Amino acid sequence: MPVQPDRPDRLAYLDHAATTPLRPAARDAMLPWLGERFGNPSGDHRVARAARQAVDEARDVVADVIGCRPGDVVFTSGGTEADNMAVRGVHAARPGPVLCSAVEHDAVRNPVRSIGGATVAVDARGVLDLDALGAALRPDVTLLALMTANNEIGVVQPVAEAAELVRRRAPRAVVHTDAVQAASWLDLPTVVAGADLIAVSSHKVGGPQGVGALVARPGVPLRPLLLGGGQERELRSGTHNVAGIVGMAAALRAAAAERNAAAAWVGALRDRLAAGLLSAIPGAVETGVVGGACRLPGTLHLCIPGIESEALLFLLDEAGVCASAASACASGAHQASHVLAAMGIGPELGAGALRLSLGWTSTDADVDHALRVIPVAVAHLRGARDRHAESLGQR
Amino acid sequence: MKVLVAMSGGVDSSVAAARLIAAGHDVVGVTMKLWGGESDTGCCSVRDVDDARRVAQQLGIAHHTWTFSGDFDRHVVDPYVDAHRRGVTPNPCIECNRHLKFDRLLRRARAVGFDTVATGHHARIVTRPDGTRRLARGADAAKDQSYVLYVLGQAELSRTLLPVGEMTKAEVRFEAEALGLRTARKPDSQDVCFITSGRGRRGFLGGRMDLRPGRVVDEAGRDVGAVDAVELVTVGQRRGLGLPGGGAPRYVVDVDVPAATVRVGPERDLLCEHVALERVVWSGDPPGGGPSPTIAAQCSAHGPPRPARVEPVGNDRAVVRFDGRVRRVAGGQSVVLYEGDEVIGGGIAAD
Repeated sequence: MPVQPDRPDRLAYLDHAATTPLRPAARDAMLPWLGERFGNPSGDHRVARAARQAVDEARDVVADVIGCRPGDVVFTSGGTEADNMAVRGVHAARPGPVLCSAVEHDAVRNPVRSIGGATVAVDARGVLDLDALGAALRPDVTLLALMTANNEIGVVQPVAEAAELVRRRAPRAVVHTDAVQAASWLDLPTVVAGADLIAVSSHKVGGPQGVGALVARPGVPLRPLLLGGGQERELRSGTHNVAGIVGMAAALRAAAAERNAAAAWVGALRDRLAAGLLSAIPGAVETGVVGGACRLPGTLHLCIPGIESEALLFLLDEAGVCASAASACASGAHQASHVLAAMGIGPELGAGALRLSLGWTSTDADVDHALRVIPVAVAHLRGARDRHAESLGQR
Repeated sequence: MKVLVAMSGGVDSSVAAARLIAAGHDVVGVTMKLWGGESDTGCCSVRDVDDARRVAQQLGIAHHTWTFSGDFDRHVVDPYVDAHRRGVTPNPCIECNRHLKFDRLLRRARAVGFDTVATGHHARIVTRPDGTRRLARGADAAKDQSYVLYVLGQAELSRTLLPVGEMTKAEVRFEAEALGLRTARKPDSQDVCFITSGRGRRGFLGGRMDLRPGRVVDEAGRDVGAVDAVELVTVGQRRGLGLPGGGAPRYVVDVDVPAATVRVGPERDLLCEHVALERVVWSGDPPGGGPSPTIAAQCSAHGPPRPARVEPVGNDRAVVRFDGRVRRVAGGQSVVLYEGDEVIGGGIAAD
């Protein structure tokens, strides 16, 4: 494969699950707060009141999109803080055994691990095993965390069924759902109806980075992570990120308004990409497709035997295709995916993981470019592998 | 050329990248994530990745982090632990060069379209009249790293660049300062990257194997001291044996891990005239049968080169006969063979 120039003439951004571009509506809503408007919403004068009004109006929008009361919304610095607050905040208020699915995002998995929680198995599709959950739900369990949809493979989890099971088997337990990936695609009031706590992140829906929210239904036992001025009903101290909050609300509103249409056309693009890659790359398999599982319209996760994700991502980057192996740590290095491991996918197949995630700016041209580049890159890497194996054989 | 620079986050590889860019090459930086555990500043901590990335940004090149931690565990860490279990003293940096930097990284670099891989090692690659290449000592004798690179054969040498090998360390730091690189004054890395200064070798190995106390006996088999971890004792060692003071110095002359016994003796018991090598690698074609002309054999990373003759035995073994007697080479240590300043091969001392 010829090495591409530093600036490829075409760029296909297929990493919307990592972050998606800022929506114009969010930008427009924020601009005044990055310019002439300002104010600390906690103050007691006209400048403060105006800022307070902006935050209150944003809160109404967020509540409406998620399907909760405005007073249930706690603005945070993002999805990770919301998840941490849910897990650790409940545990602090009501200590006891804690459970989460085996495919949670690290923002849930690591807090759960830190308080000695246990994981509940998923099936080969990556869907929570409800029988396993039933077995794990002792009456003293205080929290189940089950994501609305998975960030790596896009599979949608049975939050309502799990919540129902929790009500019956562990009535003291609350249900937290990380809806960070689902928020762009699913009708939240329906899918998170059974959850007591819901985490969302602004930048995954086209808002700015650095802001998110935790929805806490009335009566949920919850302690704050941060102590200070007592903002957000004493649950999240710290001066409000007014620009971020109004941007997130505008993005959520825009995403909700076009949700059905976007799910249809982005889903069609995704399906075309999937079909093209699966037919052009021998041995490639779509992850977790063994029947019946519901997935997000924008996510395509493949396991490609005979290659390594890092090498493939390098070639894709050079050719202007921005993709992901879906599991990275702070240094940028790839780690073996706990999601794939939980699904029973071995290291051989998991080594060639590739996540392509589409979003609100995706186009046919993105798919065309990806279809041109990816099969060639895979063939190139497999050729190098075969030549190496041959040279070893000759020794 | 399209060159992949292995950037550790240290000053040498920073300057290596800068020089390659200045020479007009198309350069990309990669930091290898090798060790997933605790480290001091080692080659794999997040801070070092940060330094490498910031230098790459400053130089205007792309930077990637590639993870080879599974291979590192398999080829470097696990054998390191196993060797201690057998009472052998391994050199993990050499195995890292053999299996990681000049195998996994080099192969991946080639697979994704690079012509060569460059590192910040202090050694040189010279081309001989017949077109073959050899590794040669770096210009800075005190920083020379040719010893840990003897595992490179023709295939690796022809695809490797060592841009700072012609420079002294002072020149490297001067150039880094002149370019304003943030790593200019960063201290040199020390020792094994996965052993922290706090817990040391004992702490690292103690978490992975049973360390057993051992007897220390003299030539006649009399108990003269004791060690609390027989697996950590190395042939030639003098200290930490619980020996009474006074008298002539005594050295470890034998370590019997299964019997948990360390034998000590005077220096003469430590001297030998030859060493058998395994896993021998030749930089070019192996020498013909029979003893070679006199060459130099270096038995540790910073040890003196000793005049010797080498005789290949079969495919990947050899015997090195020293001119005169030298202290015995601990099993597991590499012996590197030089013709003048040039490496002709090397191998690992048999137990």
